[in-house]
Amino acid sequence: MENEFKLISGALVTLAVSASALVVLPYFQLQSVRPPEKLKDYSPDEAQGRQQYISEGCVYCHSQQPRDASQAPDAKRGWGRAPVPGDYYYDKPHLLGTMRTGPDLFNIGARQPSIDWQLGHLYQPRAYTPNSIMPGFPYLFELKAQAAEGDKVVTLPPAFAPAKGVIVAKPEAIRLAKYLLSLDHTYPIPDAAQAK
Amino acid sequence: MDTVTILLSSFILSVTGLFVFIWSLRRNLFERNAKGARTIFAAGEIGHVEDPGATQAGISALQRVVAHGGADNTQPDQGALRARLEADRSSAKPAFIFLCCAVVWLVLASFAGLTSSLKLHNPDWLTNTPWLTFGRIRTLHLNVVAYGWAPMASFGIAIWMLPRLLKTKLAGGRYAMLGAVLWNAALIAGLVCIGNGINDGMEWLEIPWQLGLFIVAGGAMIGLPLILTLHRRTEKHLYVSIWYMGAALFWFPILFVVAKFPGLHFGVEQATMNWWFGHNVLGLFYTPMALATTYYFLPKVLGRPIQSYNLSLLGFWALAFFYGQVGGHHLIGGPVPEWMVTLSIVQSVMMIVPVLAFTTNQFLTLRGVLAAIPHSPTLRFIALGGLMYTLSSIQGSFEALRSVNTITHFTHFTVAHAHLGLYGFVTMVMFGAIYFVMPRIMAWEWPYPRLIEWHFWLVVVGFAIYFVGLTIGGVLQGLAMVDATRPFMDSVTVTLPYLEARSVGGALMTAGHLVFAFHFAAMALRYGPKRTGSVILGNPFAA
Repeated sequence: MENEFKLISGALVTLAVSASALVVLPYFQLQSVRPPEKLKDYSPDEAQGRQQYISEGCVYCHSQQPRDASQAPDAKRGWGRAPVPGDYYYDKPHLLGTMRTGPDLFNIGARQPSIDWQLGHLYQPRAYTPNSIMPGFPYLFELKAQAAEGDKVVTLPPAFAPAKGVIVAKPEAIRLAKYLLSLDHTYPIPDAAQAK
Repeated sequence: MDTVTILLSSFILSVTGLFVFIWSLRRNLFERNAKGARTIFAAGEIGHVEDPGATQAGISALQRVVAHGGADNTQPDQGALRARLEADRSSAKPAFIFLCCAVVWLVLASFAGLTSSLKLHNPDWLTNTPWLTFGRIRTLHLNVVAYGWAPMASFGIAIWMLPRLLKTKLAGGRYAMLGAVLWNAALIAGLVCIGNGINDGMEWLEIPWQLGLFIVAGGAMIGLPLILTLHRRTEKHLYVSIWYMGAALFWFPILFVVAKFPGLHFGVEQATMNWWFGHNVLGLFYTPMALATTYYFLPKVLGRPIQSYNLSLLGFWALAFFYGQVGGHHLIGGPVPEWMVTLSIVQSVMMIVPVLAFTTNQFLTLRGVLAAIPHSPTLRFIALGGLMYTLSSIQGSFEALRSVNTITHFTHFTVAHAHLGLYGFVTMVMFGAIYFVMPRIMAWEWPYPRLIEWHFWLVVVGFAIYFVGLTIGGVLQGLAMVDATRPFMDSVTVTLPYLEARSVGGALMTAGHLVFAFHFAAMALRYGPKRTGSVILGNPFAA
């Protein structure tokens, strides 16, 4: 090859083809997607909790996209039906995730609907799931001698509770737990939405 | 018409177009000893090895292997060699700056990676410091490699190769240095953000877009010398390395701008874009940069032109075309348009075409001279890296198949695969190139040749443990996950011994990097015994 213009224009064309296939066409195809009727937008607390999820990098170990029953037994694990694009209508940025060092969280709010469980698990995962390799997030909590009024005290199994005082959830932890509880996509979707 | 027909016909149409295009560029496509392959040599230089990174004894041994014991009395054109020295001098300073940055990032990335690995099997270790939580330190590791080590090393080597390949002096080196400052400043700021929990929330794209602007500006300035130097070239033929580097330097900023564009992407579309970027930054940036490096140093060290050079034309355009469309295979089984996933799977398999083209080039060039490999540090790393490219690409093609992907998706298998590409291939090739380039930049020999051996064996053994361990662990994890009769926790506990093995491998790799960084620093400070003989000229025959 002797012509740099042929090189660069050829390279730009191949990139344009690739961008059309993976970015532009999906953009137009998915633009008209509407949210399912029962899907709610995130409340301000949940939206902030979602930011906390992003800050702590939860997405690197948890997906939010169960696979269809024809491919994998994700539904049998309680992770829910296969999602449709509309399920992610309010998600900016998307948090589909590509790793399952831990379980899928698409329906964690339905699976573990107790905020006490969520907070205790965020403080020390092994208090609830023996052998879990998830890190605890002690910096989202504080140890207090006594709970003040309005404090959210974390209930822990005796073996994991502090010897003295109580563990209180900081607002960040409560918002993160609220976001996790909002992850409930158990509502039915019409068949038409399933079309791809 | 249904989607499948449209997809199939557009696929056939575009592939036909691609081959017609390649045909239009051909010049004696099937000629065995293509003239283009010889442009990297001075007249009379073929048959003469060049390896500034080897010891005097190593060079003699290398020469014996390449000449098959026979003496070669041709003398390289001294004028051309002197011009090349001038070319090397023109790129020395910018290349040196890039490589120094690269080595610093390499060491930091190693510690961040090792810490992440240890944390996976010691989940209660260092949990009180937010920036050290797994989700952040792992992300710091990825970003330091992706925006620190890999591009800095690639840019350094590319800028050094440019004047040699175009047979002129480097133009615009100052812009590149300024670009490096911008880029690294933005990267440091981006890492501070990630450590403090501020990030854009997408894999490979965590650095806040406001800082991304500076990375793009820096990248554009770093690309400027390519255009300026092309303009004053004295070599008519553009060698294959130039194609890869030239295209990659145009591809990367476009990828990055499209991906980081604020407010443009939404929901599932953003996921397809995310993996379009994620895979292309590997396929259309690091891979071409490392291929460009391999295509130059492998034949140059051996004094033997690339065999079946014209195949590289097919390899380049097939890579340019197919690689760009494989990203959807990261979303197999996800809520994305089915046709897009299918397209990506098909193109992933088609990637076998460019990979075979490269592998054939590499194999034929090394054929009969394999015995030369141990004598040359550069050859050692680059030949191994090239082999890893073939392996990781073939592995990637199969990994994209639905049946395989069902097991390996969402597991550590993918992590092992990613490291086979970015470490086994790209990083190894960069190590090899740095061993060649630094003696030229500093006009100084590597002070402690034994350390190169240490570096090589530490990273090779370390990476073998890393890769084999994590691959097995990933498969077991995947099998446990698709077996509905086993609880999810099985897929976690089954990986533990392999996660520990990964930490052992990672620790050895880190140790290797420390050896390398120490040696690099000793070289940069011109430490050690003064040995700057004829080796530095790279021509044992020039007295």
